[in-house]
Amino acid sequence: MKTMKEQFTISIYTENTIGILHRITTIFTRRHINIESITASESEVPDIHRYTIVVCQEDEKVRKVVKQIEKQIDVFKAFYHPNDEVVRQELALYKMPTQAFSNTREVEKIVRKHHARLLAVEPEFTIIEKTGYKTETQALFDELKAYGLLEFVRSGWISISKPMKEFQDYLKEVEEASKNK
Amino acid sequence: MKTVAVEKQDEKQAEQFCSGAHALVKALIHEGVDTIFGYPGGAIMPVYDALYDFEGKIKHHMSRHEQGATHAAQGYARQSGKPGVCLATSGPGATNLITGLADAQLDSTPLVCITGQVPSQMIGTDAFQETDVVSISMAVTKWNVQVTKAEDIPAAIAKAFYIAKSGKPGPVLVDITKDAQFGKCPDTYERCDQVRSYIAKPKIDPLAIEQAAQAIAEAKKPLVLFGHGVLLANAKDEFREFIEKSGMPAAWTILGLSALATDHPQNVGMLGMHGNYAPNKLTNECDLLIAVGMRFDDRVTGDVTRYAKQAKVIHIEIDPAEIDKNVKADIPILGDCREALQRLIPHLQRKDYQDWYATFSALDAEEQEQVIQRDLFPDESAPLSMGEVIRHLSDISKGSAVLVTDVGQHQMVAQRYYRFGEWNSNITSGGLGTMGFALPAAIGAKLAAPHRQVVAVIGDGGFQMTLQELGMIMEAGIAVKILILNNQFLGMVRQWQDMFFEKRYSSVDMSNPDFLMIAKAYGIEGQQVSERADLEKAMHTFLSHPKSYLLEVMVGKEDNIFPMIPSGAAVDEIRLK
Repeated sequence: MKTMKEQFTISIYTENTIGILHRITTIFTRRHINIESITASESEVPDIHRYTIVVCQEDEKVRKVVKQIEKQIDVFKAFYHPNDEVVRQELALYKMPTQAFSNTREVEKIVRKHHARLLAVEPEFTIIEKTGYKTETQALFDELKAYGLLEFVRSGWISISKPMKEFQDYLKEVEEASKNK
Repeated sequence: MKTVAVEKQDEKQAEQFCSGAHALVKALIHEGVDTIFGYPGGAIMPVYDALYDFEGKIKHHMSRHEQGATHAAQGYARQSGKPGVCLATSGPGATNLITGLADAQLDSTPLVCITGQVPSQMIGTDAFQETDVVSISMAVTKWNVQVTKAEDIPAAIAKAFYIAKSGKPGPVLVDITKDAQFGKCPDTYERCDQVRSYIAKPKIDPLAIEQAAQAIAEAKKPLVLFGHGVLLANAKDEFREFIEKSGMPAAWTILGLSALATDHPQNVGMLGMHGNYAPNKLTNECDLLIAVGMRFDDRVTGDVTRYAKQAKVIHIEIDPAEIDKNVKADIPILGDCREALQRLIPHLQRKDYQDWYATFSALDAEEQEQVIQRDLFPDESAPLSMGEVIRHLSDISKGSAVLVTDVGQHQMVAQRYYRFGEWNSNITSGGLGTMGFALPAAIGAKLAAPHRQVVAVIGDGGFQMTLQELGMIMEAGIAVKILILNNQFLGMVRQWQDMFFEKRYSSVDMSNPDFLMIAKAYGIEGQQVSERADLEKAMHTFLSHPKSYLLEVMVGKEDNIFPMIPSGAAVDEIRLK
């Protein structure tokens, strides 16, 4: 049994109802588990939302939390995966003064080196977009800082698990089971 | 495409509108509700106004505090098997429900609580009596929702009832804004029998049944533990057959008590902190533990790292989150326990566990000698004991009463010594341990089972937490019997201070009022007993009185409850003194 803390991605499929986020987060709060990142938006199925929550915890604790999440009435299904079972990505946006690009070629070089792209160019500012792991978005951040970075934002993880079963199949199973009297 | 007939029906229905408040009351009637508990106030007034139109169909009992309404609804639900219904206003009315909701959540009691809320356009303005009860109650409800439109009320109520009573039952809360109560709503109602994201009753895995049957066949020293799930699944006959056909010994959690008669020869007693000596000791000796509808609460397991490690564990449980939560199950049977038992029964063969039973008997004899004898038949010179009071209660009521207990020493004694003869006759606050539970819960239980003798057994501390609910008894003439076991202490806390805090009695010595005068103020007769010679006669008077009656018995001040598994100890470290 694993007792070491490690990073896990929890994926949750829910009805799109008011308050379900609160119900889910209190499950973590009650057990004193810090949420490292959280992302929520509509899933591949209309009206069903997908949450991606990243925590650093022992396997057993995460397994129990996932069961408590799945117990919530408006939750269809919850999964958890260690890092080696998911392909994940974060998105970061950087706001730079446009002048920084005209003063020197350095900034453009940095952007190219990091495989980032320009998302918007305005007279006053330019927005750079970079997807990658936190170490990668952080590396770009560290380099841009010296050239007058104005604002920075990083999203939570989104991740896709490697096992091949589709959520649609789970959905059918849950819906079928919900008819059982 | 709609047919002409359907369109005509639509038109007809469209003409039939009622207010949201009326729709709510009609929804309750559709759900078979005839008794509700509550307390009026500003934000729920349209509903109370609608109730006025349905007098005779729904009887509203006004508690004197909303907490009392929740416990009364719990008592009603536990005795009737139907969801208990509570009404309260916004703000303080709603927050006063929280203790009852938490209690119902931990003890899997179906409750539908309906709260009024400030008008929707005022939400978030810190309006008068506005609290965010949906957020506040989230951690203590199975499901909750806020309704801000009249037309959403019937569906919300239908869903609330379905969720409250299905699967592992629990409390739900529907918060309805005042404008929704006033608003117009189509006068139709459809019951809910499915929520697509919610599996109320998992399908039982036939392989698990086979594995369990084989484990039972191989076991030499099996022990069945039964909990609330047996009662909730209404598995009266199935459980008895399961036990009798197999010949296995069975021990109970306090929520499972009365699912099998106390005097059944295979009933080996109570589990947990103040349970019986034999089943606790032998939990750590059995080779197979079969948990039926129970959740391995820490008061049952003691130190869980040293709990039944030698045994194979079969866990029959409807809630997937309970499987492997506290105790790892070798063979989990996920599903309704009635169904699971039905499927297991054909596999069973009666076996002779004579030697195994003999180990129980030997330990029972030790407990009998060192604890029970003294509890039930104290020396003439000793003060009255709680145990002998319960013995008289049990004998004179022939074990046929519904016992509603509060929390503390008296609770343990009542459950240890009352000889329950009838199914579903023990109502107590188990998981939350809510002092003040018994009086209002007994009121609810009596309303659910008017022909049964309902006795609330309460300590002097707990009684003072909700004694205002004597008002409910007075108002509706509810013949609840109230037995106060008065040791002039918060007995259980005092016992712990005695045993684990060097007898430093801190805030446990009670300054009590005259309970008989309080009862009298509510028109309830009663008497106090402090002499052994008077007890039996008083108990007869108490039980035969046609109306509510309060019997206060002055018992030994510093009696301790044994056996005891001290906090942090293993079940087999249970102490007899």
